[in-house]
Amino acid sequence: MKHIISALVQNKPGVLAHVAGMFAARAFNIDSLAVGRTEDPSLSRMTIVVVGDDRTVEQVRKQLAKIIAIVKVQDFVGQDVVARDLMLINVACPSEKRPEILAMIEMFTAKVVDVGPKYITVEVAGPESKIEAFIEACRPYGIKNMVRTGTVAMARQSRTTTQDTDEAAK
Amino acid sequence: MGKNKSTGNNAVCKPGSQIIVDILQEQGTEVIFGYLGGVVLPLFDKLYDAPIKFIIPRHEQGGCHMADGYARASGKVGVVIATSGPGATNLTTGIATAMMDSVPIVAITGQVRTELIGNDSFQEADTTGITRPITKHNMIIKNPMELPQALREAFYIAKTGRPGPVLIDVPVDIQLAQIPVSQPEPIELPGFRRHIRGHARQISMAVQAINESKQPVLYVGGGVIISNASEELRTFAQKANIPVTMTLLGLGAYDQNRPESLDMLGMHGTAYANYAVQNCDLLIAVGTRFDDRVTGKIKTFAPHAKIIHIDIDPASISKNVAVDIPVVGDAKEVLAAMTEEIEHRPREEWSKQIAEWKAKFPLRYDTNAKTIKPQYVVEEIWRQTKGQATIVTGVGQHQMWTAQFYKFSRPRQLITSGGLGTMGFGLPAAIGAQIARPGELVIDIDGDSSFNMTLTELSTAVQYNLPIKVCIINNGYMGMVRQWQELFYGKRYSYSSLQNPDFANLARAFGAVGYTVQKKEEVAPTIEKMLKETRPCVVDFRVEREENVWPMVPAGKGLHEMDGLDVFEIA
Repeated sequence: MKHIISALVQNKPGVLAHVAGMFAARAFNIDSLAVGRTEDPSLSRMTIVVVGDDRTVEQVRKQLAKIIAIVKVQDFVGQDVVARDLMLINVACPSEKRPEILAMIEMFTAKVVDVGPKYITVEVAGPESKIEAFIEACRPYGIKNMVRTGTVAMARQSRTTTQDTDEAAK
Repeated sequence: MGKNKSTGNNAVCKPGSQIIVDILQEQGTEVIFGYLGGVVLPLFDKLYDAPIKFIIPRHEQGGCHMADGYARASGKVGVVIATSGPGATNLTTGIATAMMDSVPIVAITGQVRTELIGNDSFQEADTTGITRPITKHNMIIKNPMELPQALREAFYIAKTGRPGPVLIDVPVDIQLAQIPVSQPEPIELPGFRRHIRGHARQISMAVQAINESKQPVLYVGGGVIISNASEELRTFAQKANIPVTMTLLGLGAYDQNRPESLDMLGMHGTAYANYAVQNCDLLIAVGTRFDDRVTGKIKTFAPHAKIIHIDIDPASISKNVAVDIPVVGDAKEVLAAMTEEIEHRPREEWSKQIAEWKAKFPLRYDTNAKTIKPQYVVEEIWRQTKGQATIVTGVGQHQMWTAQFYKFSRPRQLITSGGLGTMGFGLPAAIGAQIARPGELVIDIDGDSSFNMTLTELSTAVQYNLPIKVCIINNGYMGMVRQWQELFYGKRYSYSSLQNPDFANLARAFGAVGYTVQKKEEVAPTIEKMLKETRPCVVDFRVEREENVWPMVPAGKGLHEMDGLDVFEIA
């Protein structure tokens, strides 16, 4: 099962290496990892997507909480969250196909951000399922390359319960 | 407050090296183990005048094991210093050993000048990168203003909660920088939480399960010793009437001379401990982490038992074995809280069953053998020291025989590398333990191969006139490896024997006392002589070469599937 884990970490050198190293050392798999600053300059937010059974993910959460530089860990599983990915994708776009490709882009509320002689670059944001669907829709035309950010997520403000490291202990 | 916190022009400043020495003193450091090198020269210059005992090992690994042995024997934080590059990498075995066994150590390493970091400079290594997975926490100081608080945090983190090693990497220019003298500030680590008391609801659930249990067993580990909970454990076990088995690191947590003690469990544990665990209906695990050497095959571990797990580290809970009633907290606090509510139960059938196992499967060896049996040496040391010596070991067969045949009665009496299984730990750790306990009897029961790895530290023992005793259980093999080759690799003893030096002569060359024991009848008198020695003393016991450690749960088998229970009846 896929779990989205959100970790608030001290914005210090070595923290990312520590997290990545812990995953490797304990044979946990990272599906995606996104890191960025937060409203507090001393803190960063890591959003980590992990696939595993509940017990494995529970261990992941506890091992993360154990790292001194990690301030707070939440597992969003079972919660109502807004989860988004961002993708940039280069799709082959010969002039005769242009109208239908542009129509498809509009259907996905995606955006053309660059146009070249052979390819166009499209920016797509949304839930992972939408990104995957867009990739499938593009495949018949030819995908040159693509880049994705990994999931970022936030709990919806209503009916949200947080699990911090204190509760993680129980 | 705040008088000296000012960073204005009139603040009193000192060089970073002096700040380190001042804070080591402020934190109560009595002894430092350390080795020199280019980028720690400023620090050593200040240590020259510092009123702190200083011990120079012959190798940084030895220094780290000494700090470890000192910490385990005293319960205080061990401090070790090494230079950058090779100095730091030589510490790693010692740091990993301390990490696996939850030993509080502060390691301070020198680093090349901050502007040279990343240039592959002379004696540069990415020390924090290398040690990140084997430390509880580490940091490199790049801003001199952070140095004082970082050092205080290092001590706090090392000894708080589940202890562990903390490393601080200090570039040489930081040691030379002028830093304002500051008063200790409260330590605020938002990501570092301690769970001391244990959740009241979890405790009462545990108590209820214990009161209802017909066949309970206490399975206790090193956490009980770390939290100084032996007293509470004894009160609890006696009030509740529950037998106690210990892990290797837990030995000493409960007096093995008492009838409730089931001694050690696990791969080379006693049959009665393993049978008790496999047949219990309630397993109460305290300060332990369900290591594979303890559980055997996980699927068949304590198959009928509900499991209560008391531990200070939430990540230990349900890591290897799913737990029914977890209690996160300090063993001392939780056991005391549970004792209040617990009720005495007679459990006569269970007691009878355990007594039967104990009578039927005692630990034994061939006492009539003409050769020197290693178990006999350990037993004789136990007899002559009246079970009161502090025992340190290397890793291997001799370590298991020590765990089996020396009956420990108090916490911190056995100092051994459990989790990492570090050969070569014995001698340097014994030096550290002797420094922590001057005037007390410290004996390193070592293997010939283990001893070979760090025997250079004999020179340290002689330099500081430490009366440690080293008893080498010399079978001319890496004995445990040989045992596995015998049992599982068709007796193909691939590279498992060494040509040893004459250890007694070698000891004399170091300036220590050396004896060789070749005959069984020489064992007791030589131990007697050894115990009278006031200088470091090495005794080389030439034991039966192919003796095996029994019983044994082969790797991957269940705890009840022990081999070797009938060996001595045949012999």
